[in-house]
Amino acid sequence: MSEPLVRFIDVRKSYDGKADAVRALNLEVANGEFLTLLGPSGSGKTTTLTMLAGFEQPTAGRIFVGADDITHVPVEKRGIGMVFQNYALFPNMTVGENIGFPLKVRRMAGAEIASKVTRALAMVRLEGLADRKPQQLSGGQQQRVAVARALVFEPRLVLLDEPLGALDRQLREQMQYELKHLHERLGVTMVYVTHDQVEAMTMSDRVAVFSAGQLRQVAAPRRLYEEPDSLFVARFLGESNILPGTVRERRDGQCGVVLNGGQTVVATAVGTSEKVNLAVRPEKIALGSAAAGCINHFPAKVVEVSFLGDQLRVRLEALGQEDFIVKFANAPGHAALEPGGAIEIGWRAEDCRALGE
Amino acid sequence: MLSANRQEASRHGAYWLIVLPALLMLALLYFVPLGNVLLTSVTDPKPGLQNYGLLFTSTSVQKALVTTVRIAAITTFFALLLGYVVAYAMRAASTRTQRFMLVGVLLPFWISVLVRSFAWIALLGTQGPLNSALVAWGLVDEPVALVRNETGVLIGMVHIMVPYAVLTLYANMRGIDVGLVAAARSLGASRFQAFRMVFLPLTVPGLIGAGTLVFILSLGFYVTPALLGGGKVLMIAEYVAVQINDTLRWGLGTMLAATLMIAVLGCLWALSRVIDVKRLFGA
Repeated sequence: MSEPLVRFIDVRKSYDGKADAVRALNLEVANGEFLTLLGPSGSGKTTTLTMLAGFEQPTAGRIFVGADDITHVPVEKRGIGMVFQNYALFPNMTVGENIGFPLKVRRMAGAEIASKVTRALAMVRLEGLADRKPQQLSGGQQQRVAVARALVFEPRLVLLDEPLGALDRQLREQMQYELKHLHERLGVTMVYVTHDQVEAMTMSDRVAVFSAGQLRQVAAPRRLYEEPDSLFVARFLGESNILPGTVRERRDGQCGVVLNGGQTVVATAVGTSEKVNLAVRPEKIALGSAAAGCINHFPAKVVEVSFLGDQLRVRLEALGQEDFIVKFANAPGHAALEPGGAIEIGWRAEDCRALGE
Repeated sequence: MLSANRQEASRHGAYWLIVLPALLMLALLYFVPLGNVLLTSVTDPKPGLQNYGLLFTSTSVQKALVTTVRIAAITTFFALLLGYVVAYAMRAASTRTQRFMLVGVLLPFWISVLVRSFAWIALLGTQGPLNSALVAWGLVDEPVALVRNETGVLIGMVHIMVPYAVLTLYANMRGIDVGLVAAARSLGASRFQAFRMVFLPLTVPGLIGAGTLVFILSLGFYVTPALLGGGKVLMIAEYVAVQINDTLRWGLGTMLAATLMIAVLGCLWALSRVIDVKRLFGA
């Protein structure tokens, strides 16, 4: 990772002086990175973004962009591009004037503004719409104008606050692709806020997961999914089977865990806690004869089989749980499962993480 | 479907029946006298448009008209200026403070114009508290003439008109997304630039609406100029009263009344061309 562009150092934010909206935040954003702040509403992700944009001041801590401490720099002096969820296009200006706005307030010459606006419009594929009013455009087009306006003055950093939240699913997927493409082409650093984990996974270089004002984990999407280091992340991102138990022995990064029902499971050790929750992804579980080769294997009873088209989702009774979930691809030759039937399930120690409380 | 429509129609009919007495009363008490005024203006003392000719020939009529338009224009300017500041502050304030301010704005509506005018005479007079203070602080050597002249009329009228400007502008400003100003600042605009390039243009419909409203209402002022002007500031309404009550030139009086009405309707028409009047006044 190259030199960080943004650094949050021990940042805390409290709106009312009692509860912390964000606490003990230490986060770095690399130059040229696409970082997503992901979390449920009220998790502190938007507060973090607004502090970086300058609309809110941290209660404590410092924020750096490059070598500059911007903690108390006013919004308009930060030179950060921002795309808002509701677009925030100026209704009294045309599309061209909207995009030219950041250049105009920087007192750039008219001809230069015109050429940059034309280029920005081409960049978001809205050629020829400069003279329309924003209200005359569709939601997707308005969003593109907002993106062009945030990029036209060539900021080092662009913040996007749930920019695709108001669009329908198909358009959202298309815009995800376009934003990602723009990011790659321009090499600009982007910090993106969303509560949509699929969006976060598809677009980001790294994802920062927030909950209850705390940064839980920052990692590349794949790593975050495969190696969550807290119960919250394991549950929030995708699906996990959670099995509570107690660590009995540790060796070589692995640990033996006795479940509450008495069974022993070998898992990957995370942290040092005695009381742990084992997290196993439903698609990592082998069935039938394949299960026998796994270090962890147990008998189970099929409760329900749901056909989801590309995959099957099976609810099992296993290890004292009634909603143990297994997912597998709808590939040729998969096991035929009937509710009520017995089946062997198994998983590797690498696919099972022992997470502390 | 058809019977439903008919039912609907008959229900509408019933509603009309309820409104009918009020409508008849309005027609009788409003449109009949109004027609009478218009008729008198072209028949008294003899049929023809000679009364309207006075608009172009009589210097006293012209002087009253010019005074009226000037005072209405200056009143409008200051009412908008003060009203804009108050409405802007109200919009930025917390909900609690907003409610408090709104009561403050509405309070003067409950006090008669007459009472307010006398209060101003007392406040602004040569022996009044304002002049006493000015003299006492040594800011002026002798009391300033703040009342019984055009200044007094303007002070009184602006005071009465500010709430109208505030309410109209406030309604307009409330419809403006706060996020737009924030967006402007994040794109590099200073507070002033964000205000001038984004907020102010968006309040132009409100300014036009409030301006027209205040101007129209100011044209017809009678009590305030009569009391605070000390008989020296003759606006159209008072001029009309003099013609009807004292000189008994009904033709001239009704002509001026009609002219005023036509001017007001003209203003409203012009306004309706620029903005959506219904929406502006919250209909």
